[in-house]
Amino acid sequence: MKKIKVGLGTCGISAGGKLVFDKFKEELYSKNLDYQLCETGCMGMCYEEVLVELELDNESFLYSKVTVDKVGRIISEHLQNNHPIDDWLVKSKGVSRQDDFLNKQTRVVLRNCGIIDPSSIDEYISENGYEAIKKVLSSYSPQKVIDEVTKSGLRGRGGGGFPTGLKWKLAHNEISDTKYIICNADEGDPGAFMDRSVLEGDPHSVLEGMMIAAYAIGASEGFIYARAEYPLAIKRLRTALSQCMAKGLLGKNILGSDFSLNIKIKEGAGAFVCGEETALMSSIEGKRGVPKLRPPFPTQKGLWGKPTTINNVETYANIPWIILNGYEKFASMGTEKSKGSKVFALAGKIKRTGLVEVPMGITINEIVYDVGGGIKKDKKFKAVQIGGPSGGCIPASMGELKIDYEEITRTGAIMGSGGLIVIDETTCMVDFAKFFLNFTQKESCGKCTFCRIGTKRMLEILERITEGNGKQGDLELLEDLALKVKCSSLCGLGQTAPNPVLTTLKYFRDEYETHIFQKKCPAHSCSSLVTYRIIDELCKGCTLCIKSCPSGAVTGRKKEVHKINYDLCIKCGKCYDACRLGAIEKI
Amino acid sequence: MPQEADLFTRSESQDILNFKIDLLSRHHKSDSLIPLLQSAQDSYGYIPEKIIYYISELVGIPPAEIYGVITFYAQFRLKPLGKNIIKICQGTACHVNGSKNVLSALQDELGISIGETTEEGIFSLESVACLGCCSLAPVMMINNETFGNLTSEKIKLTLRKFRT
Repeated sequence: MKKIKVGLGTCGISAGGKLVFDKFKEELYSKNLDYQLCETGCMGMCYEEVLVELELDNESFLYSKVTVDKVGRIISEHLQNNHPIDDWLVKSKGVSRQDDFLNKQTRVVLRNCGIIDPSSIDEYISENGYEAIKKVLSSYSPQKVIDEVTKSGLRGRGGGGFPTGLKWKLAHNEISDTKYIICNADEGDPGAFMDRSVLEGDPHSVLEGMMIAAYAIGASEGFIYARAEYPLAIKRLRTALSQCMAKGLLGKNILGSDFSLNIKIKEGAGAFVCGEETALMSSIEGKRGVPKLRPPFPTQKGLWGKPTTINNVETYANIPWIILNGYEKFASMGTEKSKGSKVFALAGKIKRTGLVEVPMGITINEIVYDVGGGIKKDKKFKAVQIGGPSGGCIPASMGELKIDYEEITRTGAIMGSGGLIVIDETTCMVDFAKFFLNFTQKESCGKCTFCRIGTKRMLEILERITEGNGKQGDLELLEDLALKVKCSSLCGLGQTAPNPVLTTLKYFRDEYETHIFQKKCPAHSCSSLVTYRIIDELCKGCTLCIKSCPSGAVTGRKKEVHKINYDLCIKCGKCYDACRLGAIEKI
Repeated sequence: MPQEADLFTRSESQDILNFKIDLLSRHHKSDSLIPLLQSAQDSYGYIPEKIIYYISELVGIPPAEIYGVITFYAQFRLKPLGKNIIKICQGTACHVNGSKNVLSALQDELGISIGETTEEGIFSLESVACLGCCSLAPVMMINNETFGNLTSEKIKLTLRKFRT
């Protein structure tokens, strides 16, 4: 069968994928062409969206940046006359412009993303889907499942890195009439979209992982707690769940065994703290999402006081692969203590933004330069921010650092769930730390005093530093508060909230000091500390900047050099954006 | 206590929440609270005070506690919104690509701040932590349509389309 696949993850749709899909449908119909048109999940190359793959007689052609206008030509030249349009192709037998982007990747979690139609259970099954649960139910004891997972070395992909096998063993050993299994799909980190892409692109792999986990610990009821901002992921999960019910893969006596499992979807309601496991469980119970003191751990007393295992989307998606391919193969990837692969959402000032899956142990430089293609506009690589608001900044000078739970923790950042934001010289590190702290401060649930008020006080200090009112002793106060917030908070949110501040203080202290003592922002990003100046030699007197100035601070006649009146200037930067000659500089 | 007239009649409320009533599980009534609130908000665009009392009766949780849940979660609103909802992304990728300028342009253009609705009720402005289309940063979403690679110029043009 000849197939046309359009990448319709959220990013593909935002880039206009739905319109391209509809155009193909219309054209194929009007020209009476017999092709199977289907949608697929995220192919990972977000920077090349909209992506369309043609599968013709065992040969595949991947077109990038497809727009509605290009559809006609692809159909008439390629499909009807067999002339591939090389200029628009990103990958085919003869052409491959994305070698590095793909070559350094290892696809375990994303094995089916962008390949199968996520709304079709049959396509998942044709890729060995649900073979792992069959294997487990027919020949594995729960203990053997736990042993396999333990030996694979898989660690929690939600950020903490707790060994998955051990977590399952703890829940398995509890004696209780009811046990629960939860999938944490409350991906709240700004700049992270790994879980969403997996749920949108391959929901069945997550369900299969949950089934295996439920069998291992002895749970018969499961919940997927998904972020409400992910409507497409929720829709595809619902479809997947009803398909499983229809095929007898969920419900009573699955595949004729005595194992039964029901899975329900719970939509989150917009609270970052609900990504924390105890808060998440409170939220499922219908309460305010406030974390609880541990111990007792969820494996002992979780949802409604019953033993509960809670794992992240990516962790579950690994499980069927491990069962089918054996723990040895999984454990052969990665470093001594971090096995397998990790999915990262690569974004920020990087040429190739996208979803990448790399083996553990790869270096940061390899991700930035080889996979990501380097920095946008060839600016200077300054740092990567890893782990979202709980993580930290790792400077470019440490680019040879290996992706490994322990190595990253040693820098003061954390592995986190997989957001990887690349920043260049134009980003101010103080402002960047302020950005994250502002986020965690707003999202603090308010239970612990230090998290509630301490982060607020820290934010105030950062605000005054970026406004040019920083004073001697501010940095010491910031560090003191940071450590107190870390050790006096109950849950991960507060314990990690100071990380962005602490890591930037550790690696970019001079930038803070320049703000405080010289009242300058080296990245020219903090508006209060920037002065705009007209370069006389370059100004041609076009009056564009005069027109753009909201406060009437720029004056001058046509064809004469303009001037800025600093008493009136509000430093909004509109003149800087308006000038087409580069005659206005930031100092 | 609310006046009788303020309350929806039982059948009215039931119509609205009907398809979610089956969510009331027998053992854990309380876990239906958030889905019920979501369902009410889907129907009205916000959560009217009257419905809180009805849900309270349904799940056996005092209205004060329900109010606590509503105000805890960012998703729930106690006031109606404008015709078009603008969600401006404040995610990390958008931040490093200049979402701050985009936001100020948007606020200038609309004359409102985040969390407010324009006087004529055409636009409501909200900020979200991440829309997840980082490759298009900076991004905003109007209703269900995403607009990427924003500049202040592009914002003016986009808003114009929704004004008419």
